[in-house]
Amino acid sequence: MTAPDKTLTTPTQTPNRFERDTRRKIINMVFVVLATGATAFAVGALLLILYSLVVNGLGGINLAVFTMDQPPPGEVGGLRNAILGSIIMCTMGMALAVVVGILSGTWLAEYGDGSRIASTVRFLNDVLLSAPSILVGLFVYEMLVRPFHGFSALAGAVALAFLATPVVTRTTEDILRLQSGALREAGMALGANRGFVIRTIIWRASQSGLVTGALLGFARISGETAPLLFTSLGNPFQSFRLDQPMAALPTTIFQFALSAYDDWRRLAWVGALLIATTVLAINILGRVLTRGSTHK
Amino acid sequence: MASVGPTGAASRERETPPGAFGETAFRSLCFGASMVLMIGLAGLIISLAIGGWPAFAKFGFSFFTSSEWDPVADRYGAAGPIAGTLITAFLALLMSLPLAVGVAIFLTEFCPPRIAQPLGMAVELLAGIPSIVYGMWGLFVLAPWFAAHVQAPLAASVTPGSWLERAFAGVPNGANIFTASLILAVMILPYMASVFRELLMAVPPQMREAAYGIGSTSYEVVGSILIPYVRTSAIGAVMLGLGRALGETMAVTFIIGNSHAFPKSLFDSGSTIASTIANEFTEATGELHVAALIALGLVLFVITFGSIAGARLLLGQEKYK
Amino acid sequence: MNFELSQEEQPSVIHGPPAGSLVIDVRGLNFFYGKTQALFDVDLPVARNHITALIGPSGCGKSTLLRTLNRIYDLYPNQRAEGQILFNGEDVLSGKGSDDASDGSQRVNGDTSRLRARVGMVFQRPTPFPMSIYDNIAFGVRLHRKVSKADMDVIVERALTRSALWDEVKDKLNQSGLGLSGGQQQRLCVARGIAVEPDVLLLDEPASALDPLSTAKLETALVELKDTFSIVIVTHNLQQAARISDYTAFMLMGRMIEFRASTDAFVSPETQAMRDYVTGRFG
Repeated sequence: MTAPDKTLTTPTQTPNRFERDTRRKIINMVFVVLATGATAFAVGALLLILYSLVVNGLGGINLAVFTMDQPPPGEVGGLRNAILGSIIMCTMGMALAVVVGILSGTWLAEYGDGSRIASTVRFLNDVLLSAPSILVGLFVYEMLVRPFHGFSALAGAVALAFLATPVVTRTTEDILRLQSGALREAGMALGANRGFVIRTIIWRASQSGLVTGALLGFARISGETAPLLFTSLGNPFQSFRLDQPMAALPTTIFQFALSAYDDWRRLAWVGALLIATTVLAINILGRVLTRGSTHK
Repeated sequence: MASVGPTGAASRERETPPGAFGETAFRSLCFGASMVLMIGLAGLIISLAIGGWPAFAKFGFSFFTSSEWDPVADRYGAAGPIAGTLITAFLALLMSLPLAVGVAIFLTEFCPPRIAQPLGMAVELLAGIPSIVYGMWGLFVLAPWFAAHVQAPLAASVTPGSWLERAFAGVPNGANIFTASLILAVMILPYMASVFRELLMAVPPQMREAAYGIGSTSYEVVGSILIPYVRTSAIGAVMLGLGRALGETMAVTFIIGNSHAFPKSLFDSGSTIASTIANEFTEATGELHVAALIALGLVLFVITFGSIAGARLLLGQEKYK
Repeated sequence: MNFELSQEEQPSVIHGPPAGSLVIDVRGLNFFYGKTQALFDVDLPVARNHITALIGPSGCGKSTLLRTLNRIYDLYPNQRAEGQILFNGEDVLSGKGSDDASDGSQRVNGDTSRLRARVGMVFQRPTPFPMSIYDNIAFGVRLHRKVSKADMDVIVERALTRSALWDEVKDKLNQSGLGLSGGQQQRLCVARGIAVEPDVLLLDEPASALDPLSTAKLETALVELKDTFSIVIVTHNLQQAARISDYTAFMLMGRMIEFRASTDAFVSPETQAMRDYVTGRFG
């Protein structure tokens, strides 16, 4: 037994046991106020942005926005060509991204496990997730625009695919890893090979997660402007030709917002409101879907 | 194992299960898909290097040091945009970091869970809003407000010729380095806040209980235990935010004023690499102008790749801890 | 074993220590996780400078009871406690109480930070803070008092000595606490707890993640500590309860079934439920 020492054996007699109490409480109070204030400020700023978006955009929404092409300055018009162009290029880009992304995510989760090449791929994929999108535009310009002497919807779709694929790859890998090893073993115990089990059992079990991945990818690219500036360029008329320039909502907004015409600027606000709503809606849908799958 | 092993027939069967060809084909397909992105990334680097080479060859090191960007005379020095990129990104980080940390702490520590859940989700959703929306808001709302309520009074009150006047000199239209940074800050704020929030929520609850269990206040728990606990990842998150700010195009292009000169004051108009490319690329006619823009792209790639790769390494480390 | 039947029939049996020697006195405590009630009208006397063991099957509420004593459940907004928990005569649930605390200046006054400084806690899994071994211990002390470096050195050494860890770590005080083995980490947490000089030390199954050797070291340390502190320990391990505790409280389905001196508790339990539990486990 150690000799009883004063500090430890007589705790209740220590003078000023809580000498720092007041100071600590004040510091803590300041801290709470600062954190709360930061939140109030941040939420306020973001609400302000949404508010301007709604105020400036909502008034301009009418049927013409969806039925008429973009007007010359001073005339009545809409955003139909831009909306359709965006839908076409995003859908094509997503189709590419889903095929490549799900397959590569599957390889990372199921086959590449532990190998050095898999961790390299995973790392670079994560880097691509947040790479500047304008560089993708430059790259696709060098690959598909310059050699063929012309901007095209196809080039735009490829640029968008390049941005969405890392998102799909990432979510696919994460989702597949959630499936239990027992499920794989159960399938393979019946004599099926691994690929067959993945395609028929694992993918099916992960369905809602895979859809979510695709939706998140879609949300990511539907508002992208920079990679389209020098690939699909933009087009004041409705076009369905993939080898020709095509309008897209973000590029049209960019052009209209920087113009000197009030009616173009109004349309830019409408477009911005449309894009923001779409992206929010897709993101919420994606979340609802994953929530459904975790309850299973 | 012993019961299966000895018979030759059994082991042969296991080596060539039915559909082995399909398995190999599927596996190769998946592997090929993984390689598509890698080839894409390699292609990106190579194409930027080749495309930008004429500019590097012509101007050498002065491409980085000269701030003379003159398409008419076909002379290109990128010091202005490079400086603009770094300054706006760091300013944005400086402004949004304390706010993002504050939001994350509020959401995980002080906020009643009934509100924390939807508020946290709202922050995550706001992180997904396209940057062009932020840019438009900056152009039409922030810039005019800033010109009228900050720049004008400041210009009226500072003594001409003083260092203050030089620090805040600029065209009084609200389109400058500072407002661009402000927009960037607002844009990366929800993104960083949601990453920080995830980090704080991942701290094991026992750690929090142990810290409160010896009588710590919230400030002491957060400052001395939680933040040190997630330190490595938090630095990663900051660098990820920095990477975003460095490479952001649309939010900045609207509002930075687009001048290629080296920015002389906080309220001077400037440019970033991304805004320069976005503004000039489709209108560039001379071969050298295009090459200079692509060379700028390569510089941007190196800067952002560095910070994002560093961030991912730090974030990844935590996973294996 | 049929716990459900027996616990309905049996009223709780409390053979308490003399009332004057109580450091904590729980009276009629009810506890709720949201709408689910987890503790029903629980009484628990905690004797000063003794070890009180809480035993019972999983989910019986023993950990919940422990977590009310320093109000750590406050961290979770949908958990609440009703009833009385007297700490030195002061009700820590309401902040009010009879004013017979030994010295008025150190009353808790409804401040959880003060309460937790005086009612320390060690958790099931070791929770070393992300800092050096030295700072792990100094951290809690510095919260409440300004201490010179020299005094702190003494406090750290004493705390580590009393938790039987000093010899193993004295040469690496500046290394991270995360680098220690599980058993060492747990004793570090005990040292951290006692360095703050609490009156009571709560331990929530502190040995469940430890190997037998580490467990033995921890138990030795605890028995020596009771000269200075009052200890409440939750344990699954009946031998452990019998080895180190002075009083044993047996709980079942959120109710206190039996409380008595440990010397009797394992030999002649009064209630059928405790008899079943003890003999079932002892085989």
